[in-house]
Amino acid sequence: MNKAEILVIGSGPAGLKASLSAAEQGAGVALLERDSFLGGQLVKQTHMFFGSKEQYASERGFKIAEKLNLEAEEHPNIKILKDATVLGYYEEGIVSLEVKGKFATIKPAAIIIATGAQENTLMFPNCDLPGIYGAGAVQTLMNVYGVLPGKRVAMVGAGNIGVIVSYQLLQAGVEVPVIIEAMPHIGAYHVHASKVRRMGVPIYTSHTVLSAHGSESLEKITMAEIDQDRNPVTGTEKDLEVDVLCIAVGLTPLTEILFQAGCKMAYIPELGGHVPLRSDNLETSVPNIFVAGDVGGIEEASAAMVEGSIAGLTAAFNLGYGKESYAGLLAAAKRELDHLRRGPVGEKIRIGLESLSSFVEVK
Amino acid sequence: MLSKTGVPTDDQIEAVKPSKERLAKGPVVIVECFQEIPCDPCYTACKQGGFLPFEDINDLPEMDFEKCNGCGVCIGACPGLAIFIVDETYSDDEALVIIPWEFVPVPEEGSTVKGLNREGEAVAEVKVKKVRSAGKNKNTNLITLIVPKEFAHEIRSIEV
Repeated sequence: MNKAEILVIGSGPAGLKASLSAAEQGAGVALLERDSFLGGQLVKQTHMFFGSKEQYASERGFKIAEKLNLEAEEHPNIKILKDATVLGYYEEGIVSLEVKGKFATIKPAAIIIATGAQENTLMFPNCDLPGIYGAGAVQTLMNVYGVLPGKRVAMVGAGNIGVIVSYQLLQAGVEVPVIIEAMPHIGAYHVHASKVRRMGVPIYTSHTVLSAHGSESLEKITMAEIDQDRNPVTGTEKDLEVDVLCIAVGLTPLTEILFQAGCKMAYIPELGGHVPLRSDNLETSVPNIFVAGDVGGIEEASAAMVEGSIAGLTAAFNLGYGKESYAGLLAAAKRELDHLRRGPVGEKIRIGLESLSSFVEVK
Repeated sequence: MLSKTGVPTDDQIEAVKPSKERLAKGPVVIVECFQEIPCDPCYTACKQGGFLPFEDINDLPEMDFEKCNGCGVCIGACPGLAIFIVDETYSDDEALVIIPWEFVPVPEEGSTVKGLNREGEAVAEVKVKKVRSAGKNKNTNLITLIVPKEFAHEIRSIEV
């Protein structure tokens, strides 16, 4: 069995920052990534990030990944395991893994779970036709492998992901005839929406996809306006010829390991689903198991990075590390997180965290 | 309405426009940022003091147009690509508009392209005066367009 002080599961923005913060304090870190490269969703993000310079604002997501990956790879206290998938969590804190096709177990003193989220999908007639993708798949094809998903793509979802992926499709030379959004307003940052709008992409709010059509693969969709109760308005049906339908209708935290480890969970719609109860320092109800990033509630990558720092610092401190810089860094990270969340666009996350804190107090 | 269509209203556009007097003095920034989001690189990028300090990272940018020299550094720093420079003094009937551009092809200097409004509709033929990179590793280009003066506050994109 391998011994590791801190096991970090997932190398997205939260996991990378957690690893670096803990390692900087002197703790030994094993960073686990199921893919063959580090960075999680950051590697697909070709747009400049928001936030402030502490969260690399104005830099493109994949550039942030390059920077953090290099720091992690060069850090003497971080051991990186790629192609490594967690299989299960057992009593006494043993974690089993598949690493490059081989079985292994590890018993860490602390675990930081930064597994991120998975995409939500939509049900409608023929929703399983080839050509209907989640936005993550479209981004992976285009931005990781350089493969165009199709020629003419209808986007469902005008949140940040839907609008950003539409912009990336336009950059790749793909036609985007429409963005369809069920809500009566655009969920994305308005500057993102304006960016695709002035490239001629119309955004239809209060609309939905009724059905998909095609014999071998997607050829056409039927869309329609919906009323306040989300029922289609008769007479507004419209057919649109497209070879791809891209679905970007939100994310759900990837929490299986947390459930398995016995962490107390609560269903909080504003945070995207089941999330763990946790302290201000992101420790769950199971001592020395921490969370950071989307697994604890769907938010922006900038917040995930800051959460990673908080979890990494605290995990290291709890194990007896903690340099002189510890208290200052922790306070600064908490301040940054508060700043990111305190504006109007942070309202949903604030409401979610508020209802989460109304559940049983975690020490 | 911006939150329904992605197109800001005329009132919103008017509210962020520098005064007539300032516009008559030469190139100046126009920041089309209408939603409080946690973001401040425009302020940190500006070396002229054209952006007033943010008290909260969610604040909308507030401007001191007198200090802006129209350099355009903020255009490449804005993750929302919401910043433009307008120079109404270029000629009697033409103005310069600098837009951010992250597409291929990058237009050739001296070429004529279609000028698009905020809804993506072609409203006038415009000439590309200058193309420059927003900086190392930026992958954003700043395109200076010569536009008919009446479209200086309307053209915000191009079709190459």
